[in-house]
Amino acid sequence: MAETMSGAVAPQTRRPMTMKRFVRRRSTIAFFMALPLILLIALLVVYPAFFSMYLATLNKSMERFVGLGNFEFLFKRDTFWMVVKQSCIFAVSAVFFKALIGFVLAHFVHTIPAKGQRKWRGMLLVPWVIPPAMSTLGWFWLFDPTYSAFNWIFVRIGIDPVNWLGEPFWARFSVILVNIWYGAPFFLIMYLAALKSVPDQLFEAASIDGANWWQKIWYITLPMMRNIISITVLFSLIVTFANFDIVRILTSGGPVDQTHVFATWAFNLGIQGNDIPLGASVSLFMFPILGIAAIFILRGVNKRGNEA
Amino acid sequence: MKQGTATLPLKRPQSMKSSRRWALIWSYVFLVLFAVFFLMPPIYMLITSLKGSGEISAVTNPWWVYYPTLENYTALLGSSTYMTFFRNSALVASIVVAVTMMISIPAAFALSRMKFWGSATLATGVFLTYLVPDTLLFIPLFKIFAWVREYTGIELINHWWALIIIYPTLTVPFATWILIAYFASIPKELDEAALIDGAGYIQMLTRIFIPVALPGIIAATIFAFTVAWSQFLYPLAFTTSADQLVLPVGIVTTLIKGDVYNWGQIMTGALLGAAPPLLIYAFLMDYYIAGLTAGATKG
Repeated sequence: MAETMSGAVAPQTRRPMTMKRFVRRRSTIAFFMALPLILLIALLVVYPAFFSMYLATLNKSMERFVGLGNFEFLFKRDTFWMVVKQSCIFAVSAVFFKALIGFVLAHFVHTIPAKGQRKWRGMLLVPWVIPPAMSTLGWFWLFDPTYSAFNWIFVRIGIDPVNWLGEPFWARFSVILVNIWYGAPFFLIMYLAALKSVPDQLFEAASIDGANWWQKIWYITLPMMRNIISITVLFSLIVTFANFDIVRILTSGGPVDQTHVFATWAFNLGIQGNDIPLGASVSLFMFPILGIAAIFILRGVNKRGNEA
Repeated sequence: MKQGTATLPLKRPQSMKSSRRWALIWSYVFLVLFAVFFLMPPIYMLITSLKGSGEISAVTNPWWVYYPTLENYTALLGSSTYMTFFRNSALVASIVVAVTMMISIPAAFALSRMKFWGSATLATGVFLTYLVPDTLLFIPLFKIFAWVREYTGIELINHWWALIIIYPTLTVPFATWILIAYFASIPKELDEAALIDGAGYIQMLTRIFIPVALPGIIAATIFAFTVAWSQFLYPLAFTTSADQLVLPVGIVTTLIKGDVYNWGQIMTGALLGAAPPLLIYAFLMDYYIAGLTAGATKG
């Protein structure tokens, strides 16, 4: 706002009439240029988001207002609490390992000679590039109960075959593993870009002062990368919390709803089970995490804006 | 300090050198390990896609192809259902890219250069919209589609072109966000010069901003295409008949018949479906990565 003011006032003193009209015309043009964007966001994002809050207060046939009835119903069901627990385990553990693997790999790529870095980076980003629905099919086939290629190796080296998607523990493990596989390369790219922006002199100075690699990471890399780490982790939390493709294709929530996350359960209830209000109520539980993350990210964005 | 820099390498050059070598060795060991982990599923998909159904059901070494065959590829490329999925995906993705650019470029120009009332709020709003996941919106959108049918008679459910209306909600916010960053980096002197030369805003955009920010526009285009091509939830919720499906949903729902999995064809279909984004990535890797790192992206 301050910039708008100064931009409008300064020229005014010189050529009052024409400049004033010019500025007014400029903001009108600008508004019309942004209008499609505004309409899109208002009609297809903001309105549906609020509409889903309204939907959540209706009964199954959507004829009667039931207030918080749907939520009362959910809170009494064990499946709901299981989904809450699984969503949290899924999101937190997947994001933790994605960030950890991304961080470690970024260091390894950064260590090798610059000539080979491009090649390795290109190879390691492949999981991120393949549409997740397609690559999850590949994983589904790797986990197949009778033909599992992992079990084939396990049997050869004398380990008992694992019922990957059939047993609750392994099914949970599998969906998290696939999510890590898909998301870790993204962290690698982000952290590698951040590492490149840390001045080499800092590391040189530290090694001269006798710092070991752990001290270099703790006192130089982490503080320098704090912003990018927090932003990527928050983003990833939101997206992983809202994940649908991987769980849907691998397990469809099974065995006995043990791997459902909010999105897949909402889909089952709302679209397949034809209970749109209940599905909407379930999906609304993704809002709190979204809100909290948004506040933190906004603070980061504003800070970034001020620095620039 | 200064003395330290000069003397230290002289004092123990051997240990510095050897620790550097060990760091390199460990780096390569772990990079190879993770490259194997990261590339294993696509490679395994490729291996399976080259096998006939007989070889898949005979339990031989799953990691090796003894009788390579292209029968899965010819079967799929000759199948009209699969080609319909491909056509639907290609149409949806390319139209969505065009729509995204037509909305994002002017909006990003307006937001980065021509401040108007509420423009700062709008820029933040664009960013926040980007955080709203599709899994939150598909249920209300489903209901809104039903209402549209009730009041206007336009049927949006089970038509591939209806996806063109909703996909921009996924692509436009981020594309606009990247472009704002790219446009903001163009020096103000350029537009002042253009204004003095009598150029209008439209000319300024087409003659200066679009050419200068072309890398950003390419990055945004790649992003929009990849998102539109990969989207799975919306087509799964909104389309059902075989001739309206896009690739990801088509492969998941039609190649699996009952409980019979034709794995060779499923893997081939998935690989061919992954090919367009992979090819774009192979040829435009730098733009792809620039787009990823331009704004902190979803991960």
